[in-house]
Amino acid sequence: MNLAIRDIRYHRGRFILTSIGLGLLLGVVMSMGGIYRGLFADALAVLNFTKADIWVVQQDTNGPFAESSRIPEDIKYRIKAVPGVAEASPLSFQTIQIERMGAQFRFFLIGYDLDGFGGPPEILAGRNIRQKHYEMVVAKGMKMAIGEKIRLGLHDYTVVGITGKVVSSGGDPAAFVSLADAQDIQFKKDNDAIRNDRERIGANLSGIQTLSPAQAKFLKQNIAGITETTHTVNTIVARLAPGADLKEVQERIRRWNHFRPISVEEQTKILTKGMIEKARMQLGLFRIILLVISAVIISLIIYTSTLDKIKVIATLKLIGSQNRVIVGMILQQSLLMGVIAYGIGYVLILLTYDKFPRRIVLEPFDLQMLFVIVIAICMISSFVGIRKALKVEPAEALGG
Amino acid sequence: MDKSMYAIEVAQLTKIYGKGDTAVIAIADATFQVKPGELVAILGPSGSGKTTLLTSIGLINEPTHGKVVIDGAVVADEGWTPGLDLKRLRREKLGFIFQAHNLIPFLSAIENVMVALEINNMSRSEAKNRATELLTSLNLGHRLNNYPTALSGGEAQRVAIARALANKPKVILADEPTAALDTENGKNVMDLLKKLAVENHSAILVVTHDHRMVKGFDRIFQVSDGRIIDEETNGN
Ligand SMILES: Nc1ncnc2c1ncn2[C@@H]1O[C@H](COP(=O)(O)OP(=O)(O)O)[C@@H](O)[C@H]1O
Ligand SMILES: [Mg+2]
Repeated sequence: MNLAIRDIRYHRGRFILTSIGLGLLLGVVMSMGGIYRGLFADALAVLNFTKADIWVVQQDTNGPFAESSRIPEDIKYRIKAVPGVAEASPLSFQTIQIERMGAQFRFFLIGYDLDGFGGPPEILAGRNIRQKHYEMVVAKGMKMAIGEKIRLGLHDYTVVGITGKVVSSGGDPAAFVSLADAQDIQFKKDNDAIRNDRERIGANLSGIQTLSPAQAKFLKQNIAGITETTHTVNTIVARLAPGADLKEVQERIRRWNHFRPISVEEQTKILTKGMIEKARMQLGLFRIILLVISAVIISLIIYTSTLDKIKVIATLKLIGSQNRVIVGMILQQSLLMGVIAYGIGYVLILLTYDKFPRRIVLEPFDLQMLFVIVIAICMISSFVGIRKALKVEPAEALGG
Repeated sequence: MDKSMYAIEVAQLTKIYGKGDTAVIAIADATFQVKPGELVAILGPSGSGKTTLLTSIGLINEPTHGKVVIDGAVVADEGWTPGLDLKRLRREKLGFIFQAHNLIPFLSAIENVMVALEINNMSRSEAKNRATELLTSLNLGHRLNNYPTALSGGEAQRVAIARALANKPKVILADEPTAALDTENGKNVMDLLKKLAVENHSAILVVTHDHRMVKGFDRIFQVSDGRIIDEETNGN
């Protein structure tokens, strides 16, 4: 006969309530693990679907995600010419926050060369971008329909396709436009701004005494041209030819002295170690605190339920019960509570994880680890109760 | 003399609680023997040492001095006999009945009896049969699946008696088994114990402070201040 289960059955109300409480706690612990995995997945999403081998960014920066990076678009020709490089394609990234349907709406705009790579990883509905201008493919997370228009910069853009779950490293949904459009949106000023710039440059130039008015006018026109150029990108991604040596290609690009060629491995490190390390530690600390709280709760419950059973334990001892019967009763109760609470937490997280605002990734390994930890906590927590039980004297069963 | 002719043998049994100035001599120099099938009452006022006598014989309190022999086995001689498995002896040779029934609240009547059998390594189905049989013989056949809180005082005490009898012990020790019952139920319990002593051939030691309850007992020990001051023998 299993005394642990009999006792639980008799006090089922208390047991169920406690297990639900613990289950909620463990659900939060699981969700925190999932949030961390989600942060990780989000941080690496763009890196992963782009499938580039090298990310060329501005020298001395950790671009284009962790730090800003600006490089001229036409470098792509030089990179393509490096031996071992199969393809090179420019990309531009910017975070845009607009007002949409009365609320602030943030998304991540990716501009890509329609003839290169780095565009939408898949098209779930509609089609890819075909026109050089004013077309847009959005991630599902944008919650936009095909045909919907959105105003960015000076123009309206029409959604022509929907792609899967693509997010920025910050978790904002992504949208794709042609590189030229992205550059326009990022750099092109409206006509007022251009006129202002020209006036300012003109005023500065007229202040230079050594220039003749004719020279000043000539310079003014040329400089205005430079300030209006939009042929800047954030990174140029490259794929290597089969058998090419990554280190060698990186070394060649590095020798130009203006760019930093970042390998995928390095980029992963920048994104995970730098950008989400603090969040990871934060979440990790929270999980530990919650697990400690769970352990304290389990200990307390097992201890008080042992105190409730002092007379039962004394009677069992008096009629000759082996210690294993008594230890088993307490330990099994503790384990059962842990297992049930884990189950409740697990069901809870399964039912809710896709409703969280940010991605929650449930890794079987994490869940298994947590299960092992919960079992260990239950065993350790029941020690206080077991110690108390073993000290009970059979004589305590006597008297009123 | 053949040792095993007695279920209980006590010689110069002394139990002292505490040390020095605060020492209490709860039992002093008790010597007696009880044969199988004998029903013995221990009568005395509160604090006279009745419970201590029972627990010293019952392998619960270690005797300070003297000898205790249960069913031929020397369990204590100036302290416990070394290497003794007290729990095992308790569950195999002794049955206990308490003042409060001490049933396990989260077990039904039948489970309370079964637990005593199962800790003595009886299989579950055997235990179930034996418990049903015992409880039915004690007129509790209709109460098998009730929890202790649903039983009357008399019923609960009969379940406790069934539990004490479960392993067919040679010795049954009862500490004020009628104290929590009304006179009628108290008499019924005592009658039951008398019957069991004869039927099971067990030595039964019953502590009580109510002399009205000891009619029909084979022997009655009067205890006062830790000493057996009088012994009455009935019948024969
Ligand atoms: N565990 C103990 N420690 C110290 N003194 C005790 C203990 N148990 C009983 N006593 C003392 O021993 C004496 C006999 O007690 P007890 O055997 O319980 O008597 P009874 O059962 O006749 O009322 C009393 O004076 C009591 O206070
Ligand atoms: Mg007493």
